[in-house]
Amino acid sequence: MASHEHRPLGGKIVTAPFLVLLVILFVAVIVLTQRFAFGLGAVTHLSDGYPWGIWITIDLIIGTALGCGGLVMALLVYVLNRGDYHPLARAGLMTSLFGYTLGALAVLIDLGRYWQGHNIFFPWLWNANSVLLETALCIFVYIIVLAIEFAPAVFERLGMNEARRRLHKILFVFTGLGVLLPMMHQSSMGTVVVLLGYKLSPLWQSHLLTLFFLITAFTIGFAAVAFESVLASVCLRRPFDTPILSRLTGIMAWVMLGFMIVRYADVVRLGALPLALAGDAKAVSFWIEFFLGAAAVLLLMPKANRSSPRFIFLGATAMLFNGALYRLNAYLIGYDPGDGWSYFPSLGEILVTLGIFALEIMLYLMVVKLLPVLHAARRAAT
Amino acid sequence: MLGGDHRPASHDFGDLDGYAGALGGLCRRDFLKFCTGVAATLGLSPALGVRIANAATDPGRPPVIWLSGQACTGCTETLLRANHPTIDTLILDMISLDYHETLSAGAGAQAENYKDQSMKRHWGSYVLVVDGAVPTRDGGIYCKVAGETFLDSVKKAAAGAGAIIAMGSCASWGGIPSSGPNPTLAKAAHEVLPDKTIINVPGCPPNAYNLLSTVLYLLTFAKAPDLDDKNRPKFAYGRLIHENCERRAHFDSGRFALEFGDPGHRQGWCLYKLGCKGPETFANCPAIGFYDTGEGAWPVGCGAPCFGCTEKGVGFTKPIHSLATVLTLTPPTAFPSVGEPRGEGITPGAAAALAGVGGAALGAGAVLASRLGKAAEPASEPAPTSDDRQQPSR
Repeated sequence: MASHEHRPLGGKIVTAPFLVLLVILFVAVIVLTQRFAFGLGAVTHLSDGYPWGIWITIDLIIGTALGCGGLVMALLVYVLNRGDYHPLARAGLMTSLFGYTLGALAVLIDLGRYWQGHNIFFPWLWNANSVLLETALCIFVYIIVLAIEFAPAVFERLGMNEARRRLHKILFVFTGLGVLLPMMHQSSMGTVVVLLGYKLSPLWQSHLLTLFFLITAFTIGFAAVAFESVLASVCLRRPFDTPILSRLTGIMAWVMLGFMIVRYADVVRLGALPLALAGDAKAVSFWIEFFLGAAAVLLLMPKANRSSPRFIFLGATAMLFNGALYRLNAYLIGYDPGDGWSYFPSLGEILVTLGIFALEIMLYLMVVKLLPVLHAARRAAT
Repeated sequence: MLGGDHRPASHDFGDLDGYAGALGGLCRRDFLKFCTGVAATLGLSPALGVRIANAATDPGRPPVIWLSGQACTGCTETLLRANHPTIDTLILDMISLDYHETLSAGAGAQAENYKDQSMKRHWGSYVLVVDGAVPTRDGGIYCKVAGETFLDSVKKAAAGAGAIIAMGSCASWGGIPSSGPNPTLAKAAHEVLPDKTIINVPGCPPNAYNLLSTVLYLLTFAKAPDLDDKNRPKFAYGRLIHENCERRAHFDSGRFALEFGDPGHRQGWCLYKLGCKGPETFANCPAIGFYDTGEGAWPVGCGAPCFGCTEKGVGFTKPIHSLATVLTLTPPTAFPSVGEPRGEGITPGAAAALAGVGGAALGAGAVLASRLGKAAEPASEPAPTSDDRQQPSR
């Protein structure tokens, strides 16, 4: 059935924006050559106080959350059996595949002794008590699962109908895993920062971090789908998926409202509110995060707004940046290792991060043009 | 009827005055080790350990009479914490603790009689330990034991004492009871016994081994150990805490805890700025620790600033968190901060890159949002203007 709904966009791969992205990627590759030749210290501002910088925080922690579009769509379409959201599912899966693959790439780049990275494949070398091991294995397996979930699109393009038919029979297993695995490791990303203890400001430190990271995986994942859908419509000259997005947005507005209530009730319960009035960088970041969340709810809650691509775009953007900033705060801005440590990403770190995002957009542009990913039924109407 | 007589026959104890019996089960080797340890604490040659052992087990050894006045029993508690040897071996065998209001088995007239007998029998040779300050206002009526004021019993016991030890800060220099407003006009032992030489073992409480070592020194050599100008044994109170503190290196490097629980405090930095009185207090706390519980078992070792309990005019007098007067070396007024900046911060390149990306994203977002607003109505008919709009080739 899906075969009738998705079609490759076709068109030229190498366009002006593509070339710009290629230049950004090229710069990142130069920086990375330096990083692998001379070590992390040559390129990054990482230190003993801040062993994780933006490569982990933005590329992995936020990057994989952006890749949770696949999780949100798989949950809605297959688990809750809401087939009407199906047109967005394949695009969601694709974003997930890219988000996670590039997240894993970021980990490899950030791994100090990357030549020992293969040790994760040997179970007898595992530290079974490590939360990071769970996260790493989960992400690794999930990338494989995503590849399998996305495989029908490739089979369809290559005309491998027999393989597609066979895969379709067992695909529900992978869809199930595709929902389970990200829920496991996205919540574990919250658990990791619980372990930071007092080093994380009470504005973010909470026993509910696990839950908050799971919810932000959903809000960011959804926002990424909506954001990407609107952006694709404008940039690739496609019609808006407004009716589907509108319904989805309605659900997410309530999820976001629920998240806001639990999140800030928790801050009040923990007595951390005075810190929000401290006037330092942490407090400013806390309020920006709060206002982005509030803006998302206010923009998306009124029913009339939900039929306007502009409000959906603005609301989804606010929701996306709320979740992203929440994660950035919990991992980096709210984190203070004490002893005078400070950190601000180096130019090299920023360029590599930009390069990874450029690569993601380039892959997206290539794949939607070559593979049947985007919903075709509406396109036919134009 | 009651299942027989369970009292052990007297021969179970063996010869009470010989080594095995007198030491309450402590074997000879362990006891000699202890005495050698005492010799080391006193700064004496280890060979003197044997002499100490002989003195401690001498059947005719002078008894210790312990009088408690305005005290909190902390000094007795500290004695109970001695565990090489344990308290039972200590008071039954090693020193002859003949009278102690808290530890005596007997009570009332029985205990008082025993005290009088013991004092009479050993007149001129027993060791008197005074613990607690002596109230002197209104004839000393604010502390009485057995109908007698503490002032009188101390004077009476001191008359026949071979040596007098003031145990704890209260007895040594007045301690808490003498702090303002001092309603009972509490005084130190040496103030009410002006014509006697009193060995002061101050502390709140003092380390039990300081008392024990002093007593054994008296028994062994029949004279007081070397005393400083405040009559404190030099072996225990000859050195400044600050000079022997395990945190001293932090003081010299200017690494100070500024608040309880701050990063410096957590990492065991110097407590001077939290009001530690180590720089003006003489005691051996950092050197021997308390009660055999291992390294660092003393206030500064566990993160609590020293409050100067062994020094008159410091403990219970200076505010706990006020800065100490550093006797040896005054620190410079400016020290490096606790949080010495480390790691690398923002660089112009990074700032420019971030600003560029942020600006571009903001601009693109704004343009997009405005275009979306215009496009909201004719959404189904976007104007094809770029290569990307091309129809699929297949």
